[in-house]
Amino acid sequence: MTKKKKVPLFWTWVLGSVVLRLILLYFPKNLNLSSRPEVSTPLTSLRRLAEGYWLKQSSISPYAGSMYHGSPLLLTLLGPLTVTRIEGQPDHLLCSLVFVIADVVSAMLICAVGEKLQVAYSSSLQLLGLRDLSENSELLPSGDFAALVYLWNPFTIVACVGLSTSAIENLMVVLSLYGACSRLAPLAAFGWVMATHLSLYPAILIIPVILLLGYGPDAPPRKLFRQRNSLEAGNSTVSDVYSEEKAKNQLKVANVFSWRPVVSFLFWTLLWSSYILVLCSMYVQQYGGLQELFKRTYGFILTIQDLSPNIGVLWYFFAEVFDFFRNFFLIVFHGNVLLMLAPLALRLNHRPCFLAFVYIVISSMLKSYPSVGDSALYLGLLGLFAYELKDMQFSFFLLSGYVGVSLLSPVMHNLWIWRGTGNANFYFATAIAYACFQIILVVESVSAMLNHDRTLTKLCTAMVQNVKS
Amino acid sequence: MALPPRATFPLSLHLLLLLLSLLLATSTQQEQFSEELLLKPLPDRKILAHFHFQNEAPLHADSFARHHHLFPKSISQLVQKFHIKAMELSFTQGRWNYERWGGFDPISSHNAKPPGVELWAVFDVPLHQVDASWKNLTHSLSGLFCTSINFLESSTTYSAPEWAFQSALGSLRYGTLPREAVCTENLTPWLKLLPCRDKAGLSSLMDRPSIYRSFYHSQRLHLSMSSAASDGSRSGIILEQTLTVVLQPNDQNADMNHVSKAKIQPSWSLSSIFGRKISGRCVLAKLSNVYLHADRGLVAQLENLHENSAQFATNDTGPVDFRMNSGFKLSVTPERVHKELGKGSSLLYEYPINDYKDTEQFDLGLSWEHPIVWSSPHAPFYASRFLMGSGNERGAIAISLKSTEMTQGLLTNNIEERCKLQVNVLQVVPWYVKVYYHTLQLLVDERPQVLTDFVERIRVSPSEDKVSPGMMELVLQFPCEMKSAVLSIEFDKGFLHIDEYPPDANQGFDIPSAIISFPDFNAGLQFYDQSESKSPLLSKLQEKSPVLSYTEVLLVPLTTPDFSMPYNVITITCTVFALYFGSLLNVLRRRVGEEERLLKNKDASKAVFLRRVLTKLSAKLRGRPLESTPSPSSSSSSFVSPKLILRVLLVAGIAIAWQYYSQ
Repeated sequence: MTKKKKVPLFWTWVLGSVVLRLILLYFPKNLNLSSRPEVSTPLTSLRRLAEGYWLKQSSISPYAGSMYHGSPLLLTLLGPLTVTRIEGQPDHLLCSLVFVIADVVSAMLICAVGEKLQVAYSSSLQLLGLRDLSENSELLPSGDFAALVYLWNPFTIVACVGLSTSAIENLMVVLSLYGACSRLAPLAAFGWVMATHLSLYPAILIIPVILLLGYGPDAPPRKLFRQRNSLEAGNSTVSDVYSEEKAKNQLKVANVFSWRPVVSFLFWTLLWSSYILVLCSMYVQQYGGLQELFKRTYGFILTIQDLSPNIGVLWYFFAEVFDFFRNFFLIVFHGNVLLMLAPLALRLNHRPCFLAFVYIVISSMLKSYPSVGDSALYLGLLGLFAYELKDMQFSFFLLSGYVGVSLLSPVMHNLWIWRGTGNANFYFATAIAYACFQIILVVESVSAMLNHDRTLTKLCTAMVQNVKS
Repeated sequence: MALPPRATFPLSLHLLLLLLSLLLATSTQQEQFSEELLLKPLPDRKILAHFHFQNEAPLHADSFARHHHLFPKSISQLVQKFHIKAMELSFTQGRWNYERWGGFDPISSHNAKPPGVELWAVFDVPLHQVDASWKNLTHSLSGLFCTSINFLESSTTYSAPEWAFQSALGSLRYGTLPREAVCTENLTPWLKLLPCRDKAGLSSLMDRPSIYRSFYHSQRLHLSMSSAASDGSRSGIILEQTLTVVLQPNDQNADMNHVSKAKIQPSWSLSSIFGRKISGRCVLAKLSNVYLHADRGLVAQLENLHENSAQFATNDTGPVDFRMNSGFKLSVTPERVHKELGKGSSLLYEYPINDYKDTEQFDLGLSWEHPIVWSSPHAPFYASRFLMGSGNERGAIAISLKSTEMTQGLLTNNIEERCKLQVNVLQVVPWYVKVYYHTLQLLVDERPQVLTDFVERIRVSPSEDKVSPGMMELVLQFPCEMKSAVLSIEFDKGFLHIDEYPPDANQGFDIPSAIISFPDFNAGLQFYDQSESKSPLLSKLQEKSPVLSYTEVLLVPLTTPDFSMPYNVITITCTVFALYFGSLLNVLRRRVGEEERLLKNKDASKAVFLRRVLTKLSAKLRGRPLESTPSPSSSSSSFVSPKLILRVLLVAGIAIAWQYYSQ
């Protein structure tokens, strides 16, 4: 009954967000969001993409000069749309429609992922015998919630109206998660390969995707299932045999890493990546081939050549650091992204979706050219874990921090760049504050998730002791 | 015994001298030097003085180690070493005023240069060696001329235009340094290349204060190859050195009480504008001439004046003399007057310096009789360039072309056929001005137009960060009736590394001048052929060349980071990273339940240990085993645990060892 009531409400909110985007898109001149440093980084700027397309049309390599650093596939997809104009309509209207569609599709996929997670989670809680908790977790439809958070997040709206290609990168990441959640190996492989191709950093998502395919969606720690299993085996004489067997099988399934989808995922990854490489090499054949392409895209991401300001901290760091240490710090900062992968994967391997969320936060915090589009994705995914993270500390502090930084940062940018009354340190200070808030978010969410696991363990052991005594 | 050698010695010396002179005669047969000075009154009460020195030398295959008679050896070595086909180097201060000083004559097309240093060179080497030759050449030139031309070595400062500037198929390199300050230390090495330096001849006029006080001065060095008529091979080097100065003469007739004193042009003489007179020619020069040039507008006005005066003075002795006397008076009678072909054409008065003796010095003076207002011939379009937008994030460059009276004249001439005007534009921008070439827009007569209707050819080489500058070459075809056109292109301002800013970072960065050329028009003047003089300056003036003009240098302010902050930024950023790493790792490795258990165990063991010690102590004190509760007094004994003592001893030992070692 409640479900049916909620559905129209959900769809009205989705429609509302689309209408809001369209209204904002219609006044692009007044907003001028596409040139904001928060929205358009050298990688995601549509203006640079248009320049690349223009160079390509005048039979020069799109990577000649230092303008375009994105994928050639994006160029073929969006390039023609940047030049087609409808009479009397604002420029780039067709492009922005693509981004609106990408946003809505990502939201739908997040919603589907959420539903799958919820179903899996409540069933596993029931298996553990924690019926109260499973009912509690079903109260909030976290999928719908996350989708609406994603759609109505000001960051997402700004990135979409500001014509940043990060909407498409986000779509690919979500697609890969959805494919992994619903155990569709080809889809997961496609999403992962495309996301990696577009922005390199989603490459680290291969760990959560494999875990997701191997173990299935998020569940309480596997130790509890084993405990429960042995307990059930101990008092198997109490209840009827048939249901007991079934439950045992299910418990076993939760513990077993299934290799079949993982192998098929790896196979499809190989297939898709070779396919994309072939397409790219065909595209850049006359302009130096794949090596040049990698140098201009991934090389540009890894060496941080563009020092124009963005919401990250690395641009100012590399504008100020002594040239002698530049390579050292490049290694240190990129190593930092990789360094926490293994500890997190070990500790959170029973919750692959949450692991993916944490990886996305880390990469969007430490990536070389971050934009609000990346934050929009992880804030949307955060909604998926609303139930588990309900006891998170500093949540109000974090919310006000995000609001404060997103209000202060444009002001400081304006003071520095346009008025010339402030200096670079003002803007850098907001970037530092933003990085700190993201750190607090990732640390606190991991801590809250581990605490949630602890309470589950406590409840289970209490139950086991009750049963035993 | 000693006599015969003494007798033979002068003989052999004579022989040797004879031989030497013969050798010299053969080698100097083709080595020629000529010095010329062109003076030209400008419409806005100023004087243009244009020195032209030409030095020619034959080019032999073995002439690398050869001594030249007149030609500077350093230049010939440069040409030999770097295989230069053509080269031009100019040092300029001030900006040529195209509106007032004209833009359609050979002097403005050849000698009006962008501020600072401009260098272009065409090399006769395989294409892959051109860059290396250019780099070596810049270093040699900067050593020769005491300038920072070596900054042009970096690939971010030079470009290779293909057809908008000169057609040289890939072996041309072009670079400018708009910020370069030009002063006497650049003039002195330039003068050293002249055979007479500034000791004799026309160059002795170059009084440093009056040259550097001028509104515009441009010193130029042009190298080209003369080819033999029979085969196209290179036969000789032509070194052309020019100095173009625009001076404001002091009004000599300040005391003259005339009604139209304010309107009348100031009269001048060589001694009044340079403070010196010509005491004689440079004896090494084959030719030493001074010219006075009256341009078309001035001649037309003079003719008007003459027609007015002819109504009451009918004695017509000769058109040339009459014209000369009607508007202004010259202190020296010219030996020859060259007249340009066609109606309303310019005049050139020639004064050879050959005849003047050392005692009487040559001092050409011009005094105006009547107030005359005229204007110099303009280029078909008056080109100017400006920046649009505010703030330090983005902006736009606009090149505006305004039609002058020249194009209006064209329009009336050929109405029946649709006339087209070709305009070539070469725009080089440094890499930190990141131009979006797809935003190129064209406004013709203040209406936006489709680019493809006007652009005949376009060649773009986009800028690459810290590697190469951006370059755009355009060939535009405009209808003659067009009044104005504006080309605009948007850019983002780049952000540089802290070390890449110059010491005065807040002054801004210069975008070099754009070059606008009109290949349909010929800037050369056509004089009646009086070929007996063979003056290099005259032949230069008559040379067919496209009309060329430079736009203004633009000053783009770029945002600066805080230059005092590198340590703070490094430490703060690293702290943030450490915060992330440390706190996340802490969260991951913390095990709440286990910690409590561990603490409990520790407490228990400690309590047990304490109790055991206490019981032992009390037992020893009292002589019998007794159970006692831990008392506050005895708790202090816990500090004296053997472990603690061991630790303290260890630390002390280390400290002592360290102390000992460090001493």
